[in-house]
Formats: sequence, structure tokens, C-alpha cells
Amino acid sequence: MTKTILVGCGAGFANDRPDAALRLAQDLAQRSGQRYIMLELLAERTLAEAQLRKRLDPQAGYSARLFDFLEPMLDLCIEAGIPIITNGGAANPRAAAQRLRHALAGRFPGLKIACVLGDDLLDETPARYARWLSSDPQEQPVSVNVYTGADGIVQALTDGAGIVLCGRVADPSLAVGAIRHGLGWKADDWQKIAVATAAGHLLECCTQVTGGYFAHPGMKDIPDPANLGCPIAEIHEDGRLIIGKTRHSGGRVSEQTVKEQLLYEVHDPRRYLTPDVVLDLGEARVQDLGADRVEISGLLGHPHPDTLKGLAGIRGLWFGEAEISYAGPGALARAALAREILLERFDRLAPGVQPWIDLSGVASLFNDQGGLYLQQQLAQAPALEDVRVRIGLTHTDRPLVEALLAEVESLYTNGPAGGGGVRRHLVEAVTTRSFLLPRDEIHTTLEWY
Amino acid sequence: MNLVTLADFAHARAGDKGNILSIAVFPHDAAHYAWMLQELTCDRVAEQFATRSPSKVHRYELPNLNALNFVLEDALEGGVNRSCGLDRHGKSLSYLLLALRLPGPQD
Repeated sequence: MTKTILVGCGAGFANDRPDAALRLAQDLAQRSGQRYIMLELLAERTLAEAQLRKRLDPQAGYSARLFDFLEPMLDLCIEAGIPIITNGGAANPRAAAQRLRHALAGRFPGLKIACVLGDDLLDETPARYARWLSSDPQEQPVSVNVYTGADGIVQALTDGAGIVLCGRVADPSLAVGAIRHGLGWKADDWQKIAVATAAGHLLECCTQVTGGYFAHPGMKDIPDPANLGCPIAEIHEDGRLIIGKTRHSGGRVSEQTVKEQLLYEVHDPRRYLTPDVVLDLGEARVQDLGADRVEISGLLGHPHPDTLKGLAGIRGLWFGEAEISYAGPGALARAALAREILLERFDRLAPGVQPWIDLSGVASLFNDQGGLYLQQQLAQAPALEDVRVRIGLTHTDRPLVEALLAEVESLYTNGPAGGGGVRRHLVEAVTTRSFLLPRDEIHTTLEWY
Repeated sequence: MNLVTLADFAHARAGDKGNILSIAVFPHDAAHYAWMLQELTCDRVAEQFATRSPSKVHRYELPNLNALNFVLEDALEGGVNRSCGLDRHGKSLSYLLLALRLPGPQD
């Protein structure tokens, strides 16, 4: 019998469900063989936000919810020998490791906690990263990170880590690290690394492969959708890959759920670029094995790219939103009048600043900056009695954004009859700029806690 | 012509990377893949997303998976970090594609 390992994913983004992650850990703790749990807690913007938190407090800067996921499963996983691998170290894996040691309060003194470092170029001299950024002095980078591959994780696990805290490692690499460690696959065995990367890609958004982000009543129904189970990848030494989920959980693993996630955020399916391999899905097949198990085969791998992707987070932009609603007879006409009033006021107060304006009920999600979709929908004269006007705008001048948002609130006394429910929201919008750099310039290192 | 709504024959999921929108589309019935291949063209998709003015529309065919993957460049009004819209990721845009009206399958 070929060796088989299990990799479960307990989080697909920072605001995922810790209770589902705990049920995953409870399930895996009862199974046998080599098992791992990955927690994916970062998105493009989260790292920049984490860097801003670290500036205010040197002990902060790891994923804000990391411990909501870690603490409940910690004892279970340590006792069952299930390593936990996460990118929730974010901008400050060292601080996360220190807090984790503190939370353990002397228990499990033999537990080895590894930080995988080297992705954070801001940690180093500005000369190291300046050439990847714009020469515009207005642009202030708050984060400069490189998407690293699985090497650091493999080394940490080989050296006995029970918990591996990473920063900006590529999402699928969390699984690739576990699988290379568990099955002894070589980094340049491209066919095997393709399988590992596909496993990571299917796991990285957690329940998006087990029935989350999928249900469409009457067309695609999902059992017990309030209690979706986390995905568990079964990887065999011979390269077989099967996706399943937490036992006795809601959700479903089917050909449909797996296919939707297999192509999620993929551009050219024959060239899905990751730091570990170029994954080729062109010949991929999926087969339903029944009982919420689906096998993926036909995965091909090509040598990894010579470059790594870097991402800089840049400050200096403010994103404001404000809304007001109109309901009852003539609601749409009053909302449309409110829109006209706002356009005239904006044109006077801030010429050149074009706000995005939605009329929710008529057009919002599908609308566009120029309001073309909204105009198309309005031309069909929909009969609506509950319409919400929403403006959105970005600008570098925060007081200007505040003044324009106040214009929406001023519709209370100055606008059409019966407006209500004003809400205003202003956040700093960290924008991102991506770049490529030669992979041999980046070396990950380990620190132990 | 006998027009149908794509949503009655297919399901889809959208993803974003920067200002690039990708949407993978799958027929509910594998027998309809050939129909989708013929009718769900780049031109039709570009027209359905005209108000987003994509600079380029690519279509990738995956016959083993009975899937088409569409990639629309510059379709996200700047993407998650720059768009002023409600759905800055463009996650909901799978359903703008599924709202497409097109000639139905022959069967």
C-alpha cells in the first residue's frame, strides 16, 4: 500500500470560521497517519494593514484573528502530532511566536515553533527594495513582500516544527510544504509538485471547495449550508489526489464544487504560475468517488519561474462611501433626483472628482464608474419602491473626501422628500503595486521560539 | 431566434487578480459543452461586459473539465484596491455573465 498523508485547511481568509477549523482538528486528531493543518489568513491588502498595526505596536502585526483559530485547536494538534502551518504571521511572525509561547504558559516545552522569514523586504534596507518601486516620492510603501515558495516550510517541518508561522508565502505553498515533507517529494520533481500545488490551490480558500460560495437554490443545492466542513486533501505517494471534508459536517464535495475551485483565479489554465512550479491544468480531470470524495488527475508540472512576484502596499489614498435610501411611492424618482443633486454639488465643490453612484435596487454590483450600466437599467423604467443611493470615491485629500461624504448626509434637510438611513464610511485605501524579481535574490530563513 | 439565459444551462465562479477578472463557466449537463463552445464566444462575452470596457477578452477551453475560462483584462474599474464600487473584487460578476441571453442548444 502506498503511503498517504492528509492535509486539512481550517481557514481560507482572515474572516473565516474558527468553529469549522476546530471541527477539522477534532476530526483529523481521530484519524491515523501523517496529518497537517494549514490556515490561510492573508489577502493582497491584509499585509499592508498588518504593517500599519505593527508600526503602532511592535508586538502586533500578525493576522488579527490568528489566535481565534490557533488557540482552540492547539492542544489537540500538539497531542496528536499534527503540525499547523499558517501565513498568519503576516507582517510579524516573531511577535506571533512570542505570543504563542506565552499562551502555552509553560505547557508543551518540547514544542518547536518556527518562523519562516525573508519575504518581508521592508524589514531590510530601503536600497534592497527601492528599485522595485515607483520613483514618485508621493508613494509611501507600507509593505513590500515577496511571494515565497515552500522551501522554508519544508525545512521547518524537517527540523521538527510543530507550528510554522510564515508571512507572505504563496497560498498553495502552505500545502506544498506539508506534502513535500510528508511524502519526501523533491522540489524539482515537477509532476509531483504540480499535484501538491493543485492540492494547495484547492485547499487555500477552505470551504470554497466543499460547497461554500456555491449554493444556488433549485440549481445547485448544498446540504446543511450553515455548517460547511473544511476540506481535507488525501495525497498518495504515487501522486493520487483526493479532496474530501470533515466528517459529519455540512456542505458537499462534488465534481462541480471541485471544478469551480480548480479554475478559481486562474488565467491561462496551462500556465498557473506559483513559486514552486508552473501548474498545467490543461489535461486535468475530476472524478466523483462518492461520499464527498473527488479525485483530481492529469495534473502536469513545468519548472518553476525564474522570477518571484513581489507586492508593495502603498499609502496615501482615502476611500469614502455614503448612502441614503428612498422608499414608497415615487422612490425611484426621488432617488434619481438625489443623484442629480449630488452630481451638481460635487461638480461645484470638487471639479474633476467623479463619484461612483449606484442606485441599489436598480444597479449596484454590476454598475461601473461611469454609470453606464445604471443608465441602461434606468432606461427600462423599473418600478421600484425601495432604492438606496450610494456614492463611492477615492482621493488623496482626506478632508475633501469627508466634505463630499457630508454632501450625502446634507440630503436629510436639503434633498428630496423622505430620505432616510444615511451611513458614511471612510477608510484608508492601501493600493498595491506588483513586481517581479529574480528568485535567487530571496532566501528564506528560520527562527525558532 | 430562440434565446435562453445562460444561467439555466451553466454555473460559474468569478475571481480577481488586480484589475483582471476571470470567470470559469461549466454546463450543468456535460452534453451542452459543445453548444457552449459554439455560442459562448469572446465577442458575446465582450458585449455582455461592454459597460466595463475590458481591453481584452480571452477564452481558454478545457474539454476534459467541460469548462471555459474567460479572462477579461481591465474590467474591474481598478480592482479591489482602487475601485469605488460596492463589489470591488467583482465577485458577483459571474452572474452578469450568467445573465447573458444567447441562442439555445438544439436538443
